[in-house]
Amino acid sequence: MSEEFSFVGKPTAKLDAPSKVTGQAVYGHDMRLPRMLYGSILRSEYPHARILNIDTSRAKALPGVKAVLTAKDIPEIKIGWARDHPVLKAGKVRSIRDEIAAVAAVDEETARKALELIKVEYEELPGVFDPEEAMKPGAPLIHADAPDNIQEKMRQSYFHGNVQKGFQESDVVIEDRFRLPFVAHCCLGTSFCLASFNPSGDLTVWSSTQMPFLYQRDLSMALGMPAHKIRVIKTTIGGAFGSKLDMYPFEPICILLAKETGCPVRIAFSREEEFVASPTRQPVICDIKSGAREDGTLTARQVSMILDNGAYSSWGATTPLVMMLTISSLYRVPNVKYDVVVAYTNNPYSGAMRGYGNPQATFVLESHIDMLAHELGLDPMEIRLKNANQPGDVTGQGVKITTCGLTDCIQEAAESVSWKQKRAKPGNRGVGMASMIHVGGGARIYPSDGCGSTVKVDDFGKVTLISGSTDMGQGADTVMAQIVAEELGVPMENVTVINTDTDITPWDVGAHASRTTFVAGNSARLAAADAKRQILEAAAVSMGESVEDLDMKEGRIYRKGEPEEWIPFEKMVRGKHFQLEGDVILARGWYEPPTERQDKEYRGNISAAYGFAAQAVEVEVDTETGEVKVLKIAAAHDVGRAINPLAVEGQIHGGVSMGLGYGLYEELLVQDGRVLNPNFADYALPTVLDMPEIDSIIIETDDPAGPFGAKGMAEPACIPTAPAIANAIFDAV
Amino acid sequence: MEALTMKLNGEEVTVHIKPDAMLLDVLRDELGLMGTKEACGQGECGACTVLLEGEPVTSCLVPALKAQGREVLTVEGLASRGELHPLQKAFVEHGAVQCGYCTPGMLMSAKALLDRNPHPTEEEIKEAISGNLCRCTGYVNIVQAIKAACAE
Repeated sequence: MSEEFSFVGKPTAKLDAPSKVTGQAVYGHDMRLPRMLYGSILRSEYPHARILNIDTSRAKALPGVKAVLTAKDIPEIKIGWARDHPVLKAGKVRSIRDEIAAVAAVDEETARKALELIKVEYEELPGVFDPEEAMKPGAPLIHADAPDNIQEKMRQSYFHGNVQKGFQESDVVIEDRFRLPFVAHCCLGTSFCLASFNPSGDLTVWSSTQMPFLYQRDLSMALGMPAHKIRVIKTTIGGAFGSKLDMYPFEPICILLAKETGCPVRIAFSREEEFVASPTRQPVICDIKSGAREDGTLTARQVSMILDNGAYSSWGATTPLVMMLTISSLYRVPNVKYDVVVAYTNNPYSGAMRGYGNPQATFVLESHIDMLAHELGLDPMEIRLKNANQPGDVTGQGVKITTCGLTDCIQEAAESVSWKQKRAKPGNRGVGMASMIHVGGGARIYPSDGCGSTVKVDDFGKVTLISGSTDMGQGADTVMAQIVAEELGVPMENVTVINTDTDITPWDVGAHASRTTFVAGNSARLAAADAKRQILEAAAVSMGESVEDLDMKEGRIYRKGEPEEWIPFEKMVRGKHFQLEGDVILARGWYEPPTERQDKEYRGNISAAYGFAAQAVEVEVDTETGEVKVLKIAAAHDVGRAINPLAVEGQIHGGVSMGLGYGLYEELLVQDGRVLNPNFADYALPTVLDMPEIDSIIIETDDPAGPFGAKGMAEPACIPTAPAIANAIFDAV
Repeated sequence: MEALTMKLNGEEVTVHIKPDAMLLDVLRDELGLMGTKEACGQGECGACTVLLEGEPVTSCLVPALKAQGREVLTVEGLASRGELHPLQKAFVEHGAVQCGYCTPGMLMSAKALLDRNPHPTEEEIKEAISGNLCRCTGYVNIVQAIKAACAE
């Protein structure tokens, strides 16, 4: 299908790869500015305690220390989704992450020494570390304005149909409880911020944020300074996976230290700090009841969840909205009810992490599908095929499914692991599968889900795409360049992408919800089309032709049907430029997906397309020791169209590896609010030796709303892996 | 302060350092070679891998003075005169790089392997990079790239 394209659909090396293999790429941690100071943060010794006194006098007296800040030195502003999070803590601490004081010093060693000299007197308070306990009457209260440790907006309920009726009409009803653990992002590049003020009071922040414009707004709010005085520059990002989708206390702290000292200040987390003080995937306690008819037709689904929010709110508290899509809309289920409550505890707080709640919801649902199939004596693949979403479906939540390759995904993943031959066979090997649905055409959670782009074409044929989008390693820049080269009709090597500076780039929500290829890609395509129109109009005048009769490919302008006679496009650009009343080629694109915000009952079509996938797994289980060996994972993903198949496969491999870790290896062990394994030796991130064979199967459904048919696919890769493994283990034993 | 003289990426350099300074910090902070990354500081992730006398070491745990009079190769020394090393080329072409933070360490572990064993099996490749963590790629394309570089 992709034969008609010059660049779309061709495996393409990432534009940033050469600089990364030579060590030239500049990550935040590699930056040094003249007079730069090193910031460091003192955190709480207790998960819940009153702060009686903070004595910073000895730290301030240490040579090389330029500033020491505590809550009394800074504005009393609360950050976070629920505005519940003071940047530096006064009065009391609510988790071991809590920032009590911050130091800026001439080097890291001095900063660390200074922290040791700060004396904090605490009065320990009883803590609560289990969200169910936290909601009980008489539990320690974490925030004075959140009775029972719940904020009003942390309760949500959704339904469609009538679950009571649905269960009555079922031949089989099963009920179970699932618990899912803390896991961590484990970006190899830790959290980072570098801040500098110029003499006019303008602030520049170098950051690894994946949402520069919301970050600019959040910083403005946290600092009480106008956002137009804040410039955010993204450095090369050492992995994000959702962890850089929020602003955390260390960032305003870094800026306040820069303001206080008049010097640039950087804060970079140590690995231990990263494990202890950056957000996690949120643990979930989930009760689920599922009903089906004896032929496997799903009748009703009731899900009740309790989320451990930790002590403060970041995006983790909003993940139920993403889980809701899966609960309401994965498979055709006529009756669904979902109740969720997010409770504060004195644990570390959770945030956004690849899949944004969907891995948890999918684990529960897809485990239960297999349990239902077992109860009914059906093949788990057949029950999935029978209930699979289909193109044109509108789900009970108002989700409009346009393209949908779920059936193909299920069949092809099954085929890849020889499902029919291997399922339910004696011996200690087994196969299992799981499916998933995720937004694939943006996600309208803000009033705008758009992205802006500018395409500039210079006199020498260099094409610069200036995009609001964010590349955090996933390869967005390369996909954007492919789209521009394809649409404009120029060689890839002419295209460069600039997307790192809020002073230059147009607005974008950020790299979340697997939206960048779809939304920023559509935006880049519009800008490229505008540039092409401008160039062809100039050519038409110069050549004495009508613009409709001209076309441009590989940088050549020619009469349609006569590609042998051509003029280089840059000549036409110069021609337009060098004349009286001439002009430069400067084009724009703004894309806002045709979606709607949810109503009060959480109904509405928030995405312009939906991604689907199914993964099938073969495992071998040692029934003596319980050791599980994953032999193969077949990951079939409906990506609309793979603009860069090399990058799509890379996302599948990385996602599967993260899902494998979630299913079998990883857990951030948190006991009484303290992280017990804040290092790679004890955290068990998958190594190359843990990786099974992965068969990436790309299903193309050519979505009519996507750029060249593409849908988002990056988060989905990690979503169905863990339940597919669990289901395979069930089949094996 | 002590004088450290080593052959770094083929050239002799001398630098004055604190006696307890780690090789990683000297490379990055004293010599400005930022290609070598620190991702854990505890020798557990391999991001800071460099070659000391041809052997892969986690430079965050190696006292810099251990390099006295010896040869050190970092990622900056892989390419020669602007020509990428076959491993670097293969990493680019096979999609072995995403965020890139583990890449320099991966490359150096792979280089050490190919120097002593130009035609490793897939198992030997995996063994050689088993101390290098990557969160982005699931290692698949990294292994492919190393295989491809061997075939050159």
